[in-house]
Amino acid sequence: MSRDNILHKVRTALGRSAGQAVADVPPVRLRLPEVAMEDRIALMRSRVEALAGKTARVPTMDAAREFVAAAIAGKTAVASNAPYLEECGIAGLPGVRSGIREVAELTEVCARVDIGITSADYALSDTGTLVMIASPAESRLVSLLPPAHLAVVPRERILTGLDELFTLLPDPAAQTSSMVLITGPSRTADIEQILVRGVHGPGQVTVVIVG
Amino acid sequence: MSAEFDLKIHDTLADANLQLAIYTATGRLKDKRIEVTADDRLPDYQELRTQANALKKHAIDNLDHYLEEFERNVEAHGGKVVYCKDATEVSDFVLDLARRRGARLIVKSKSMTTEEVDLNERLEHHGLESVETDLGEYIIQLAHEKPYHIVAPALHKTRYDVADIFTKELHVARETVPEKLTLIARGVLREKFLKADIGISGANFLIADSGAVVLVENEGNARLTTSAPKIHIAVAGIEKVIPRAQDLAVFLKLLARSATGQLLSVYTSFLAGPRRTGEVDGPEEFYVVLLDNGRTKLLPDRSKRQSLYCIRCGACLNACPVYRKIGGHSFPWVYSGPIGAIITPQFMGVSHEPALPFASSLCGACGEVCPVKIDIPKVLLELRSDVKKSEAREGQNRIEKLAFRVFAWVMTHPRIYELAGRMAGSMAPAGDGKWIHSVPAPMSVGPMKAWLSQRDLPPSPSRSFREMWRQR
Repeated sequence: MSRDNILHKVRTALGRSAGQAVADVPPVRLRLPEVAMEDRIALMRSRVEALAGKTARVPTMDAAREFVAAAIAGKTAVASNAPYLEECGIAGLPGVRSGIREVAELTEVCARVDIGITSADYALSDTGTLVMIASPAESRLVSLLPPAHLAVVPRERILTGLDELFTLLPDPAAQTSSMVLITGPSRTADIEQILVRGVHGPGQVTVVIVG
Repeated sequence: MSAEFDLKIHDTLADANLQLAIYTATGRLKDKRIEVTADDRLPDYQELRTQANALKKHAIDNLDHYLEEFERNVEAHGGKVVYCKDATEVSDFVLDLARRRGARLIVKSKSMTTEEVDLNERLEHHGLESVETDLGEYIIQLAHEKPYHIVAPALHKTRYDVADIFTKELHVARETVPEKLTLIARGVLREKFLKADIGISGANFLIADSGAVVLVENEGNARLTTSAPKIHIAVAGIEKVIPRAQDLAVFLKLLARSATGQLLSVYTSFLAGPRRTGEVDGPEEFYVVLLDNGRTKLLPDRSKRQSLYCIRCGACLNACPVYRKIGGHSFPWVYSGPIGAIITPQFMGVSHEPALPFASSLCGACGEVCPVKIDIPKVLLELRSDVKKSEAREGQNRIEKLAFRVFAWVMTHPRIYELAGRMAGSMAPAGDGKWIHSVPAPMSVGPMKAWLSQRDLPPSPSRSFREMWRQR
């Protein structure tokens, strides 16, 4: 086993002994600006749109359902198990598969449908980011396999940015095995630096802000 | 300089298309970085750099502590940490696991660390299929090459090159439009993701207090690699560990801005252990390979150990006037540019390519753009000193030492100096007050010839300063 050998080499090189405590840990640096909710929403929308994502703002949960119904008309969709989608009545819309809890079935459905519908645990306005925390409510694949991702987010979940996120969640691992930050549609510029969207993840991202 | 290094540099310089490709791509990345780190866009940029440097310094100075903390927390979340000393141990671990699980197909997301240990080749040698899934890396794998740039591996390939590679290797109809080429790759790789038994990723950061692996990418291939297969293995250098999840608020702001000029990369995955009870999807097994492969050799020297702070953003490559001329493949190992020039000699030994620390104009641009403030020019100088010491030990640089002894003697003896000056003046071509592009054959020999081939000399003045001083 190389474990002890490597740790021994590290300690010898650094002049430390096993179990020696650390001193002078740099303090955590988190800055929390105060930004009014309307400004957060405006910034969130402009950031997402600058990345060629789409945004919409609807006043109520019923209006969210109507927006989604219009967006998926004639297409197939899968919805995550987020209670918020249930409350909006989105999970029950015609053409939407929902309530899947088995991984093989989820993979098969996500690989086939046109749109993956999720909520988001948080959104970060200063970068236009959706924060997706894996749980019984949100899977990893719904926001990943279909060519389009649509996220329905109540406005109170819009944070200012990364600093506020890590203030609220000092250790995301305490509650999930996977937290993914999504900032716009999947993209690559690996061929001649030419921007192409939708290389592996969704090429279209739509953020619907409710309230 | 080794003949191979010399040859690759000259080949790159002679290829006009390649020169344009390197210059355009690095220029674009460089401009975007400048734009998003400007004062009006990110007022606390310098403060963030200082904090990132302090955090990296602290983590490296106490590396054993944070590795053990990381290991404890990975295991608390049901994952497993495997320490490997070199390439063989990494591939042995993966091969053994693949054998025990009956795995055949492996999907890989972009990782410089696995490039370092030639993991694909080693796995394929033992009959496994190991597929790169980042578009640039996939192109490079099909072309049997090494990445040209840390963040833009296929920077040197045109759309026509990619069309040729895809037609030949994938047997598809020839397409030259980047969107269509991308779709071809998406189709082929999507199949692989859904069938793969194991996903192997690198790691941008290891978080000690969470036991998490953090991956930063734009395509979604790293998410697929770590979500679809039943087994996820992250391969990371031991230097990747940082103390706290909260420190990501500092590093994530710097990494994407420095690498590609984005505020954040499209996907940042924070992964802590296998899928938990109740979670719908995700891998059933989660392993983190902590690789030494020479890193511990960098630790004893208090100054040079800062080379391990690198977060692989590639900003120093884009800023470097040398990289922008000689490109990525001239460098003798997988790491190119200024960071490659300081890492490679320390990993492989200074005698591996002794010319490497000298392949720099010491202009300082690399140190200026480094988001974690590695003083690359200083480390380059220290390595130059190491190269000379090692050559002296091996008795290699006798002529050079003699030359410098003569130089010192001339410089400390005014009369000899004046005489030497007059002799040089009379030997050099007059040049009629213009720069001298070539010197007579007797002066243009051996190392002098190589040196002069890249340099013009100022015209020799008719009178020296000393003469003018005496006649004033």
